[in-house]
Amino acid sequence: MKRVVITGAGTINALGHNVPDTLEAMREGRCGIGDLQFRDVDRLAIRIGGQVRGYEPETRFNRQQLSLYDRFTQFTLIAAREAIAQSGLEFSGELAARAGVVLGNSGGGMTTLDENYRSVYEDGKNRVHPFVVPKLMNNAAASHVSMEFNLKGPSFTVSTACASSNHAMAQAFQMVHGGMTPVMVTGGSESMLCFGGVKAWEGLRVMSKDGCRPFSANRNGMVQGEGAGIFVFEEYEHARARGAEILAEVAGYAMSSDAADIVMPSKQGAARAIKGALADARLNASEVGYINAHGTGTAANDKTESAAVADVFGAHADRLMISSTKSMHGHLIGGTGAVELLACILAVRDGVIAPTIGYEEPDPECALDVVPNEAREADVSVALSNAFAFGGLNAVLALKRFT
Amino acid sequence: MSSIKDRVIDIIAQQAVLDPSDVSPESTLEDLGIDSLGLVESIFAIEEEFDISVPFNANAPEESEFDISSVASIIDGIEALVKEQS
Repeated sequence: MKRVVITGAGTINALGHNVPDTLEAMREGRCGIGDLQFRDVDRLAIRIGGQVRGYEPETRFNRQQLSLYDRFTQFTLIAAREAIAQSGLEFSGELAARAGVVLGNSGGGMTTLDENYRSVYEDGKNRVHPFVVPKLMNNAAASHVSMEFNLKGPSFTVSTACASSNHAMAQAFQMVHGGMTPVMVTGGSESMLCFGGVKAWEGLRVMSKDGCRPFSANRNGMVQGEGAGIFVFEEYEHARARGAEILAEVAGYAMSSDAADIVMPSKQGAARAIKGALADARLNASEVGYINAHGTGTAANDKTESAAVADVFGAHADRLMISSTKSMHGHLIGGTGAVELLACILAVRDGVIAPTIGYEEPDPECALDVVPNEAREADVSVALSNAFAFGGLNAVLALKRFT
Repeated sequence: MSSIKDRVIDIIAQQAVLDPSDVSPESTLEDLGIDSLGLVESIFAIEEEFDISVPFNANAPEESEFDISSVASIIDGIEALVKEQS
């Protein structure tokens, strides 16, 4: 089996419009969550989120592109440009024919859907722009990445709610690991911060009105974010031969299904995914220094996740660090695992553990070292990234410092 | 208000990213570099501009009642539709 390394990373999210700015915000424990700004926000009960600010689409894309790119596609392309530029790869000939793009996404072009429903239902119009369908389809972002970078191998979009990006990256890893292709572009994106998107989430009564405080006893729900995270996964020998800079090694992954409840998480399902990732990466539990938690800030997730970690790691659970960066960038749903993988790179490459901010009161049911409020320096060689989705679909990735 | 001809030419020019003076009635959409997506977008813009419905099916453009063989034929078609649907 081939070793798989990461040779490029890109992002845009509430913490920054690129990787360096995002990592700096994570080191500083900065909060990207604030008042939502979009039409009809005054009709919502939930008015906070991790919105991408100071973003001017017209400076990144021309008019023709904007008529075809929903916000989630725009974010994806911005992150892909950064990741692929960093990798230094150009896709032509045999490499182009084999390399593809697998992305995670949950809602598709929610903003496009929202605007056009409003136009036909509320404004009574009988005609919509002809590109509504190619704009809102879940695979639009993957398709535009394949077109912009000439990726002609296997490309598709994975949709498993909050675990979409982790499932996508697990799939891309497997494709490179198994020798199907030397390079895959992967990650995910989401943009549901529009009236209809937030209204739908509001209905479920799991959203916080005032902040995301994962693992804190006074947590009261999740806060949504938006953006994208994109990575270049490359076969190690291919990367080495061209002298590429290696950010980290993807050591393994596991996926599991709770087969139990459509929204409530299961400790056993989460534990099986964590244990499976360690086995796949041939790691001992004691080697794990950091876990980027799913850590949504809901009552159910955080205690279930803490219990699963305690079960898998036993006494070592008290020695490892676990933090939820959703406290800073919000929950990017289908894109969340991708942005959170950046925190794992920060841990294994730079020796900095991103904090769980907003942490106010210890919860005996989440009695782990959650790196409260301030980043910490630590020598960590292995990090896990958890994602446990609605529908009971779990995916955990293991990242290793590259040596 | 400017003529139907000028308004149609403006829409086509905008789609082709050209100055309206570079769009002549004899031009075909192909001459102007407008592809199939550009065509459906132009028809949408025309429908919006004149509040009309253009009978056009992208699966069988040549069988549509609406003649898109040149800018002039499009203008003629729009003039007829505006008259008919007003």
